[in-house]
Amino acid sequence: MLPLELKDVCFGVNGKVIIDRVSVEIGAGPRTIILGPNGAGKSVLMRLCHGLLRPTGGAIVWRGNGGTGRPRRQAMVFQRPVMLRRSALANIVYGLKLAGVARTERELRARDVLDVVGLTDKSQQAARVLSGGEQQKLALARAWALGPEVLFLDEPTANLDPGATRELEAIVAAIRATGTKIIMTTHNLGQARRLGDEILFLNQGRLVERAPVDQFFRQPASAEAAAFIRGELPWS
Amino acid sequence: MMNDLGRAFAEAFGLVARLDPQLLDIVALSLKVSLTAVVLAALVGLPLGAVLAVERFRGRQAVVVLLNALMGLPPVVVGLLVYLLLSRAGPLGSLGILFTPAAMIVAQAILVTPIVAALSRQVLEDAWREYEEQLRSLGARRMTAAITLLWDTRFSLVTIVLAGFGRAAAEVGAVMIVGGNIDGVTRVMTTTIALETSKGDLPLALGLGVILVGLVIMLNAAASLIREAALRRYG
Ligand SMILES: Nc1ncnc2c1ncn2[C@@H]1O[C@H](COP(=O)(O)OP(=O)(O)OP(=O)(O)O)[C@@H](O)[C@H]1O
Ligand SMILES: [Mg+2]
Repeated sequence: MLPLELKDVCFGVNGKVIIDRVSVEIGAGPRTIILGPNGAGKSVLMRLCHGLLRPTGGAIVWRGNGGTGRPRRQAMVFQRPVMLRRSALANIVYGLKLAGVARTERELRARDVLDVVGLTDKSQQAARVLSGGEQQKLALARAWALGPEVLFLDEPTANLDPGATRELEAIVAAIRATGTKIIMTTHNLGQARRLGDEILFLNQGRLVERAPVDQFFRQPASAEAAAFIRGELPWS
Repeated sequence: MMNDLGRAFAEAFGLVARLDPQLLDIVALSLKVSLTAVVLAALVGLPLGAVLAVERFRGRQAVVVLLNALMGLPPVVVGLLVYLLLSRAGPLGSLGILFTPAAMIVAQAILVTPIVAALSRQVLEDAWREYEEQLRSLGARRMTAAITLLWDTRFSLVTIVLAGFGRAAAEVGAVMIVGGNIDGVTRVMTTTIALETSKGDLPLALGLGVILVGLVIMLNAAASLIREAALRRYG
């Protein structure tokens, strides 16, 4: 279904421009990290790509899919994951059921991914009473269980302690090793270096810069990106 | 006067304590009518609430306003409308169910359905606001989403249905009109209380009153226990 092509994509609400003429082609290979200050439009851009929001201008095309419709084999982990009022295991099984996975296979797969994120002993606990970090791992497990071709991760380690952050990065690396395309946002620049191959830098709804990770951090092309990396980007 | 009241209370408790058959019949009919009415109201009201919560269509807002208004329907008016429908000359007169428990069930179901629908719509819409993106991301269609929401809010919905049952069981006007308060046939707790009080037979009226109040208290206690247990268990 990749590459994903954005052509002059705009998104506005009540006349306020949130995404401003973003054009980019996201290919199958590299892990793409979207960086930018709070309110830059990173989460909105992901929602647009994932198909949860419709652009108010321009077009989003999954070219590998013949450009038709929203392909199914994609999943997203939200900045604030939403858990259903049932057990951790049942949350994953629910996603698999919607994805059309055979009944007999659902629980097996769910147990597999719970094991990978280290939540096996919590599988029967109610998902909503898990800690914030556990919920984030569960959300990742639920998304990964779907075997997506593209996985959107919106600040997946925002609530995690340093150890759990490392664990989660390892899981993301493992997911990537199975051939899944990773598109992710983070405010952790070290993580961007560790997990990313290319950076899309967003500021005030505009795509300011796109560069390989090394180059972006060594020699950012734009003054905005340079200021952002130094932690000096003024509040907009 | 105080003495009369005291004696009436004593007799009332006697009736309840020795499970007076007449009293039991009346309580049993009350429960049967109101429970059946509430089951019907839930079968219509919950799906209606769910559809209104997840679907966006023209006129939706009008339906929501109407439902909210119908929550306050006066029971006597519902009774009158059902009476007109079911009376011999009415459009459904051929059913011949006026002055039977069936008519009382219909009236109470009509009374309670808007309550269940309007209150559940509110609960389900709040849940939808929280769940929408996640469910759509997982590929849920509206229908699937509605069912998921019904299941995930089940404990709040039980509370709503219990509230509907309380309203049905405590209502007089509608069952009085369409049931006719016929001794041994359509006499329920509330209509008996009204009749016996006017006749001056206080013990039976009081005994039923005590049971009715006890029932309402038990329902509310059950509702809050269920909600609390669910919150602790499921978050
Ligand atoms: N549905 C909406 N209606 C109105 N404004 C919105 C809506 N969604 C997002 N916005 C606005 O769009 C801007 C970008 O939001 P977005 O969530 O994409 O930021 P972000 O880059 O993800 O920020 P953060 O790093 O804090 O997560 C914000 O100013 C936000 O207030
Ligand atoms: Mg965000």
